[in-house]
Amino acid sequence: MTAPGQTVGPFFHLGLPYAGGPDLVPPGHPDAIRLHGRVLDGDGIGVPDALLELWQAGPDGNVPQSAGSIHRDGWTFTGFGRAATDADGHYTFTTVEPAATDPGRPAFFAVTVFARGLLDRLFTRAYPPAAEVLEDDPFLSALPAGRRATLITTREDRGLRFDIRLQGDGETVFLTYPRQAT
Amino acid sequence: MPPSVTSVTTQADIDREIGALRATGGPQPRLDYPPYRSSTLRHPTQSPVLADPEGAELWAPCFGRQDVADDEADLTIQHAGEPQGSRIVVAGRVTDGDGRPVRNQLVEIWQANAAGRYWHQRDQHPAPLDPNFTGAGRCLTDDDGGYRFTTIQPGPYPWRNHLNAWRPAHIHFSLFGTDFTQRLITQMYFPGDPLFDLDPILQSVTDPKARELLIAGYDHSLTAPEFSLGYRWDIVLTGTHRTPVEAS
Repeated sequence: MTAPGQTVGPFFHLGLPYAGGPDLVPPGHPDAIRLHGRVLDGDGIGVPDALLELWQAGPDGNVPQSAGSIHRDGWTFTGFGRAATDADGHYTFTTVEPAATDPGRPAFFAVTVFARGLLDRLFTRAYPPAAEVLEDDPFLSALPAGRRATLITTREDRGLRFDIRLQGDGETVFLTYPRQAT
Repeated sequence: MPPSVTSVTTQADIDREIGALRATGGPQPRLDYPPYRSSTLRHPTQSPVLADPEGAELWAPCFGRQDVADDEADLTIQHAGEPQGSRIVVAGRVTDGDGRPVRNQLVEIWQANAAGRYWHQRDQHPAPLDPNFTGAGRCLTDDDGGYRFTTIQPGPYPWRNHLNAWRPAHIHFSLFGTDFTQRLITQMYFPGDPLFDLDPILQSVTDPKARELLIAGYDHSLTAPEFSLGYRWDIVLTGTHRTPVEAS
């Protein structure tokens, strides 16, 4: 029987964030983008004690299987990052844009959300806005348009914006997978 | 609204709320669980959407020796002196939903010290910090999915969910599987703690059999004479979505 989850609580900064965690590539990397946004509660207030994990393919569409996410060497793209929100609920990753891992499938960032007050982790996806692929995707097109929009990032000058609403208007679509009991 | 005597939530109030929600959820915690007050504005109201895992979701991040030093599994040797409290070993196995060991994967823990105080700016309750105990550790599982930490028995501590609320002693655990959908962060509790029934975080898992999975067992075989006590806690993650390829 699968172990239940429990909240990360208010003191996760002691154990989880680490130096370089939010920087999947160095900010000076020629292809670096900023993936950022805010985590918002049901009143639209920023959540200052949330932690996000990012897991993604590289620009070549390969899913990295290289160690080195905790002690980064500055050259190895491991595809994994971790960022805590600031006092305003804002998080920032420095990364590269993923490519599709399979032909005809849209590329996305896998995102996991943890927070004080959140009793178990939440899974979601952040899709770069590539209209033609996204419209044809069976998973996305099965969602009502308003909900689908919560999974699609907004392109900015130097990156992508992805806000996460835990509850209420514009609540982000969170995911479950076939082998998970809720 | 200014606080008034009538607005104070007592343990008896929380006990009633916990009682009303018993066995209303599945084997995982209810995300919407009013007795845990901080969850009120932070739980989704829509059901999660079933997705077929694809791409990166079918794989987990890799961690290796460059990420985790051997001595990070011993939380009692991070400072010049010996920490206060009872030294304990916490060990067990991480397996997936099909009973396979989760090998060479990252396990992270964090916890309060023997007095129930966290090394964290936000914990300001009047219990002493221990200059010889930070309370965070990491290790990689071995080829059998085994992990082992040496640490200090954490103390219970007060929090502000309601008047005179106390958390049972626990250690926070962070675990990865072989695909990202298995990601788990949870808390390990110690057997026989009288605070279990009073704690809305543990009781958010409303199935009693599932709650038991979060409680370690005392294991005399893990003790060391005149040195440390021992607890065993095995952790089962969900099943993988990828056909496993055995390492050659």
